[in-house]
Order: sequence, then C-alpha cells, then structure tokens
Amino acid sequence: METLLTLVIILLKIVALLAPLLLGVAYLTFAERKVIGYMQVRIGPNRVGPKGWLQPIADAMKLMFKEIIIPTRADRFLFLLAPVTAFGPALAAWAVIPFGDGMQISHLDAGLLYLLSLTSLGVYGVIIAGWSSNSKYAFLGAMRSAAQIVSYEIAMGFALVGVLMAAGSLNLNQIVLAQQGSLLHWYWLPLLPLFLVYFISGVAETNRAPFDVAEGESEIVAGFHVDYSGMAFAVFFLAEYANMILVSALASTLFLGGWLSPFEGIPVLGELFSFVPGALWLVIKISVLLLFFLWFRATFPRYRYDQIMRLGWKVFIPVTLVWLLVIGLGVLAQVGPWFD
Amino acid sequence: MGFEKFLFYVFALILVFAAVRVITVRNPVHAALFLVLAFFTSAALWLLIEAEFLAITLVLVYVGAVMVLFLFVVMMLDLNVDPVREGFIKYLPVGATVALLIVIEMGLVVGSGYFTTEQYHLISHTADYSNTKELGSVLYTFYVYPFEIASVILLVAIIAAISLTMRRREGTKSQDPGQQVRVSSRDNRVRLVRMAPEKK
Repeated sequence: METLLTLVIILLKIVALLAPLLLGVAYLTFAERKVIGYMQVRIGPNRVGPKGWLQPIADAMKLMFKEIIIPTRADRFLFLLAPVTAFGPALAAWAVIPFGDGMQISHLDAGLLYLLSLTSLGVYGVIIAGWSSNSKYAFLGAMRSAAQIVSYEIAMGFALVGVLMAAGSLNLNQIVLAQQGSLLHWYWLPLLPLFLVYFISGVAETNRAPFDVAEGESEIVAGFHVDYSGMAFAVFFLAEYANMILVSALASTLFLGGWLSPFEGIPVLGELFSFVPGALWLVIKISVLLLFFLWFRATFPRYRYDQIMRLGWKVFIPVTLVWLLVIGLGVLAQVGPWFD
Repeated sequence: MGFEKFLFYVFALILVFAAVRVITVRNPVHAALFLVLAFFTSAALWLLIEAEFLAITLVLVYVGAVMVLFLFVVMMLDLNVDPVREGFIKYLPVGATVALLIVIEMGLVVGSGYFTTEQYHLISHTADYSNTKELGSVLYTFYVYPFEIASVILLVAIIAAISLTMRRREGTKSQDPGQQVRVSSRDNRVRLVRMAPEKK
C-alpha cells in the first residue's frame, strides 16, 4: 500500500513537470518562427487563432492525422523505436533539475553524472533512425551526427567537471546552493570559459544551427529523419526542442544560479523581489538562453564539417583542460568569494 | 522488499533475454543493440543494490560512448552473416569443448564458496550516504597507486591508438584554417588579368 502511494506521488510529480514542459516545447516552436520572423523583418505565423497563438496546436493536429510511411526494406521495429529513443532521455533528464531548494523529482546524489549519462543516450535515436530507414541520406546524417555528438560530449563533460570541482558536489541542489550570495557569486564569472564551452557544445549536441550538419537540408535533404513522416517525425522534432530546453535549464542551473534570484544581496531590490518564486527565475533564465538558440539560428551560417571537428577537439578540449587547472589552483588557494 | 524483488526479477529476465539474443540474433546491428539493452538492464540491477555510481558510470561509458562507436562500425561494415554460419558441423566439436570448459570453470568459481550469500550481505545505507564520495575518498587515498598506474596505462593506449592512425595520406584535401585566415590582401586570392580592349 505504501509503495503504491509513493508510486502515485512520483507519477503526479512527473505529470506536473512534463505537462508544462511539453506545452513549452510546443510554444518554443512557435516562438522560434516568430522570433526568427521578426529578425528577418517578417511577421511569422499569424493566421491560426489570435496573432497566430494557436499555430502549434494546428501543427500538432496536422501531424497526428498524417500517415506514417515506412520505407521499403526498412527495419520496421527499429524505425519506429528511433524517435522514442531520441525523446525519452530528453524527458528523463529533468528528474534531477531543482526548481527550488530541494524541489526535484529525484534527490539523486550523483545528479550531474546521471545527466551526463542520459544526454549521451540521445545519440541512439539518431543512429538507429539513420540505419533503419535504409536510405543513404539518412545514414550520412546519422554518421555525421554520431561523430559530432561523441566529440562534443568530451568538452561538455570537462565543463561539468569544472562545475563539480567548484561546488564540491555532484548533487544539482548542492551546486545551486554553492552559488548563493549574489549575481557575482554565480559560476558564470569564475568559470566563464567553461560556461561558453558548455553552451556552445550544447548547441552542437542538440544538432542546432550553426552545427546542424546532421540535418544539412542543402546537402543531405534532412539527414537522419528524411524518411520520417507524420507523428514519427513530430517526435524527433519534439525531442530536438526538448533537448534545447534541457541544455538551457542545465546551463542556468550550473552557471547562472538555478532558481536563485539575480537581485540577491542587493540592498533594496533584493527584498523587493523576494516574493518571486525560484521556479520563475529559473524559467526566465531558461527563456533567455533559449532566445540565444534562436538568435544563433537566424545569425550564423552552417559550420563546415571539418571546422566543427577542429573546434571541438583542438579548441574546446584544450581550453577546458587549462581552465580545470585554474579552478584547481583557485580551490587550493581558496580564492573568494567562490572557492572558500 | 516485495516491490524491489519484483523489479529485480523483471530486470533479470530482460537481462538474460537480451544476453541470449546478442548471440542468437542474425543481424549484427540487432545484436549490438541487444548488448546495449543488456548493459542498461545490468545498470538497473546495480542500482537496486545501491551502487548508483557504478550503475551510472556503466551507462555513461559503455552505453553512451563505447557502444555508440561499436554500432557505428557494425553499421558501416555491411556484414554478410551467411558465410560465417557455414561449416557449423565442422567447428562444432571444438566449439562444444571450449563451451564445456568455460561452463566447468565458471561452475568451479561460483560454487567455490567464495560467493555464498552468507559472505555477501547487502549493506544498506541511509538516504544521505554518498556512494560517489566514499568511492572517491578510497580511490584517491588507499588505492592511489593502482589508480594512477591504470590511468597512465590508458594514456599510453590513447597515444598508441592515435599514433597508429597518424599517417600521411596522399590526395586528401585537408585545409589549413590558419592559412585561410591569414589571407589578407586581394593579391593573395585573386589574380587580376589586364586585357586590352578588342577591336571590332
């Protein structure tokens, strides 16, 4: 009986997290089209509902009623499994993100490690999709994506090692608490190079522009999901956007103080804004980082493949290695206010 | 305990099924994916005995990195399984002998009394016990020399693997980004040809 109750509570928590998240994913697609529209001096979608606000719902309905076409000689089971393997880890990773002091679904002690291992599973969806659709274009996209994700994971992992050295814990709640103080106590300042490396690697990991060679519509049509249609395609699409939100949430938790208020420690403003719940600050930080994702896509041309590899291996990994040494010295010398 | 036991049997069944399928399935890509499933379920089993650091590391290292590269190679190879299956009868005696030997050896090891349930109690800890911290503190104090030696061996392996692939190849069109960036003036990249106007 007690186990059943615990299970129900956990399920309720998951629903309370996933329902807003999926709504956020839907409206992120809308925001992307609107924001990029205005950046290119267009209006963007404005026909469905007031000011186009029902556009994502119309898109979802359209995709749901479309036929899922399975290519000839495709591996049927793996073909349908691939979108799910892409989407699952992007949702499961949210279990350890804190929305307030102790407000996580799972108080996992090795939370950072759990996140790293789950984000490394996302690549399976891409590889399986590329192989099972029995198409050269899809396979080329999958190979590009796999090589890119494996390369950037190393730089990303090193950036996370820097955070755990500074915080002295793998628990995300502890990491946020270690950044308490003020805006200048957050880790973006002492770990600035790692923050940049992490965020750019995050853009590369989610296969977003300018690192979207896995899709590369001008060369290999749409890469790994070229043969997908209907809801199977939609799930890949959702996975990409859910991953974007996840990377932004992680960057805000690890480097921008998570649920902490940016006005903390400032005499008048701090008290004035103390009524704002921490979850709202986290959502605001996530939204700002998501805007960067959209901004990148509207601004930068696609990277050439060899330049992506060069950036990952020859620039990011050495930068993170050097900065780990700097953090190590900082922790040894107890440089305040971050490492004491 | 009831629910945990139920979970254990579910994961154990999946693990045994996946492990059997790895060697019985015809398609090598499917076999690799079943191996991924086997790793994943063994990580779940390790979680049940409160070894969360090892479980997560198993997923991170084997599922997240090693098997991705493995799958990559298997997909590219385009293996034809039929010739491998030829001569099944011919190799059967040797294979059966080796298999029997392995079964006997494993039986001797497992049944030797070193792995009885009396000797291995599951030590349960409270929720605030940090598996990761304990492991780290032992690894960097008591076992620091074995740990350092292992990491140096791995470093040597990395360098050896890289040096094996570092060979000059003819005909590659690799570009030197430094040179590309250094192009400054117009003379470096375009050649202007002055042509006299032609008469009609």
